[in-house]
Amino acid sequence: MEPRTTPALLYLDGVTVTFDGFRAINNLSLAIEPGEMRAIIGPNGAGKTTMMDIVTGKTRPDKGDVYFDGIHDLTRLDEAEIAALGIGRKFQKPTVFESHSVEDNLRLALKGDRTVRATLFWRDSGEEQARIARILEITRLLPFRTRPAGSLSHGQKQWLEIGMLLAQEPKLLLVDEPVAGMTDAETMQTVELLREINRERSVVVVEHDMAFVRELGVKVTVLHEGSVLAEGSLDQVSADPRVIEVYLGR
Amino acid sequence: MRSAFLLTRTLDRGATVFLALILALAVAVPALNLLAPPSSPLHVPTYVMALFGKYLCYALLALAIDLIWGYCGILSLGHGAFFALGGYAMGMYLMRQIGPRGVYAHPVLPDFMVFLNWKELPWYWYGFDMFWFAALMVVLVPGLLAFVFGWFAFRSRVSGVYLSIITQALTYALMLGFFRNNFGFGGNNGLTDFKDILGFSVQAQGTRAALFALSALAVAGGFLLCRAIIASKLGKVLVAIRDAEARVRFLGYRVESYKLFVFTLSACMAGVAGALYVPQVGIINPSEFAPANSIEAVIWVAVGGRGTLTGAVMGAILVNYAKTYFTSGALAPYWLFVLGALFVAVTLLLPRGVVGTWRHWRAERQKTLAARREAQRAAAAQPAE
Repeated sequence: MEPRTTPALLYLDGVTVTFDGFRAINNLSLAIEPGEMRAIIGPNGAGKTTMMDIVTGKTRPDKGDVYFDGIHDLTRLDEAEIAALGIGRKFQKPTVFESHSVEDNLRLALKGDRTVRATLFWRDSGEEQARIARILEITRLLPFRTRPAGSLSHGQKQWLEIGMLLAQEPKLLLVDEPVAGMTDAETMQTVELLREINRERSVVVVEHDMAFVRELGVKVTVLHEGSVLAEGSLDQVSADPRVIEVYLGR
Repeated sequence: MRSAFLLTRTLDRGATVFLALILALAVAVPALNLLAPPSSPLHVPTYVMALFGKYLCYALLALAIDLIWGYCGILSLGHGAFFALGGYAMGMYLMRQIGPRGVYAHPVLPDFMVFLNWKELPWYWYGFDMFWFAALMVVLVPGLLAFVFGWFAFRSRVSGVYLSIITQALTYALMLGFFRNNFGFGGNNGLTDFKDILGFSVQAQGTRAALFALSALAVAGGFLLCRAIIASKLGKVLVAIRDAEARVRFLGYRVESYKLFVFTLSACMAGVAGALYVPQVGIINPSEFAPANSIEAVIWVAVGGRGTLTGAVMGAILVNYAKTYFTSGALAPYWLFVLGALFVAVTLLLPRGVVGTWRHWRAERQKTLAARREAQRAAAAQPAE
């Protein structure tokens, strides 16, 4: 391992990804501090999801550095290794294991030995039960413990997925459009949930919903055509003429 | 204590009943064959016992397929290859047991090698005169092939239809190889004319009864093994891979290791099934590698109920019983149409298979009953407003 090069928890520098000649990410640089919550906004095709794919090992960048914790080069690791380092990801479309119970979904996500042998000889422990119960409480899913995840409402599935992230005990959570398709009340509850999570962990939220981003009240990064267009508080960036141009068109 | 715990987790009520049934068959059928006089209505004729012994081997193959397809979403259309390899390993042992009793009376070489003018035994036939070695190879050869094949396929993230196609190619390639005389496995005639196994004549009624009992025990063992896996956390990971593979990766599980584990285990089970099959039918030849055989085995599982172990066993026995029934009568030319129609009908009308549909229906009924009881209780607690 190389010596620590940056104090940032997540550090992207000069990252470029091309798909069939299309530059999805273009010389992107970004730093997330430990304990920070960051909102990332941008029009469709700005490269938000591709950025998450790079950080979680799904896509390899053509160029550029991606460091986690200042020492781990994420461009050389695969999904499972990156997850083990402590980066959790929530997808745009809620993906939970529909035929498993809510409890089993969390059990699979719980931090622990992920080898074939350990899971084969696994046995339920009180400590595991307690951790699951705590997460069920935070995500307000306690009454649905034994229900199959496929029978949950859309909003509940989103929370379950966030709960699964918490169970992984990651240092950094990447959350892709958590409030898409949620009611206003559910959106507000999600804001609270993310704040609660942010007390112990860093969070990166990608979102379209401006009301939600305003409610979060954190530093905002605007992506456009694969690179950073503006950074600052929501009021600052929404006053930026370039941002206005991108969002409203000429 | 630990093993006791593992056992209670493995055996729920349905599984216990099923296991007891199989074990009862393992004892009762041979007993009724050997002990009941042929005039007794309880007597089980030897040919029926042999037939169902064969079905039990198919049932074990079906369990192997269901473990990977029903619970991990890996559709192998080449599992017949592992079955046949196990069968060949057993066949090689049985060939060596013939000794000088062959047509050419060569003390070491099997007849087909003498016929081909071979002077000595190829190296890969060494050791097969010993039962323990052959038994080891029955598990090891299919297991090793599956491990190497799976290691490349799963690491390169080949899945879905592509994986199914290359498993077909695998069994087809093996079929072509085994058809060749210079491969050293008897060419298109395969291995046959077996005399005895562990000193007992393969034709003897007692041996047939013992082979039936062993096949039933093997199905019971395979069933227990699959149950133990499914009931463990590993089983939950497998189902999760089946339903949302990418999510499992982002949770930090090495999906390829899990797939490799069950795929290899499943191939070993198929090998054991093939090894029990060969002494009961008396022959193994390259047609066992035919792609159609592997596809038929998948149909058994689909009919019985993918993702239900009892379904896989019952599907294998039901479809093969139907096959025997049809192909031995006037309807013989139409069997393939029946099989095709069966597959279409099951896919369209019973996508869960026979056992799966039954379970679903029972669960739904219990749910409505519970809801009705709940409604009645609520009505009783709140008398007319």
